[in-house]
Amino acid sequence: MLAAVYQLRRGSPRRRGTASQNVLAPDFTLNTIDGKPLRLSDYRGKVALLDFWATWCDPCREETPHFVELQKKYGDRGLQIIGVSMDDGPEPVRTFYQQFQMNYPVVMGTAATGEAYGGVLGLPIAFLIDRDGRILSKHMGATDASVFENEIRNLLSP
Amino acid sequence: MLVAQRIHHFTIYSRFIMSKNASIALFSPFFILFCAVQLFSQASAIPAERQISPEGLVKILQGKDKPLLFQVGSHTMYAQAHISGSEYLGSASTETGLQQLRKRVESLPKSKSIVLYCGCCPWSRCPNVKPADDALHALGFTNVKVLYIANNFGTDWVDKGYPVEKGE
Repeated sequence: MLAAVYQLRRGSPRRRGTASQNVLAPDFTLNTIDGKPLRLSDYRGKVALLDFWATWCDPCREETPHFVELQKKYGDRGLQIIGVSMDDGPEPVRTFYQQFQMNYPVVMGTAATGEAYGGVLGLPIAFLIDRDGRILSKHMGATDASVFENEIRNLLSP
Repeated sequence: MLVAQRIHHFTIYSRFIMSKNASIALFSPFFILFCAVQLFSQASAIPAERQISPEGLVKILQGKDKPLLFQVGSHTMYAQAHISGSEYLGSASTETGLQQLRKRVESLPKSKSIVLYCGCCPWSRCPNVKPADDALHALGFTNVKVLYIANNFGTDWVDKGYPVEKGE
């Protein structure tokens, strides 16, 4: 189990554990926007792209159509994108989901999940996870779709 | 629906539409209007004299006269880490968040020192701090500053070792 060392001490530099490369992605079970539980480890064997985002986050909104395209293009080869919404509730997420015709599951994130992934204190943050459940890469801030696509193709290659 | 929400939804949808029809979008009045909305609705439209740097705020927090600190972004991010002593009031890009902000300040003197912050996104892309700043000014508050967070709260506050707390 990845230990996300997240020490908070007043007035002194603190270490934030990072979900770093080649460690197992912290497992979680979170509810989707439809209220159904989704467990990350159920996707072992697939290449997973975990995207922490929010409906009001401008760079996140820009990435969404690209993720929809990637899921469409590589879904049958084993890619599974999972959105982790950091919105305060599912209502705006459901509206956004329909407007943007999202085609991958979105779960409602929690502070505990954010901490497990080293602290989600800015959006978007995306993690690419290989078929064995290990983190290949972490991308903070808006990232060009071609970067994700290159990494996904590499991971999907036999 | 609040005007700010209409603008917010407009920008979400317009970006989506333009991603599908970029060549048409570039030449349309729609695109020009979109740019104007972006320019005036984000944090980058907050005048410099209404901003405070993280370093500047840390110095003030070390003194006696501390301002009220309101985080107006994500609750999930607030719970992970927030400026020591700050309160969470809801995402100010939503009507619910703005109502909570207005309710919180309704009994405060208009000269009360208040600092707003978010840190969800790079400064120029933050959708929360400007609506909050505008709301307080519309109510007549005269001593409001917005914390300038260039990248995000993690990078520009937590990683620099500035005072934080966690929890609800």
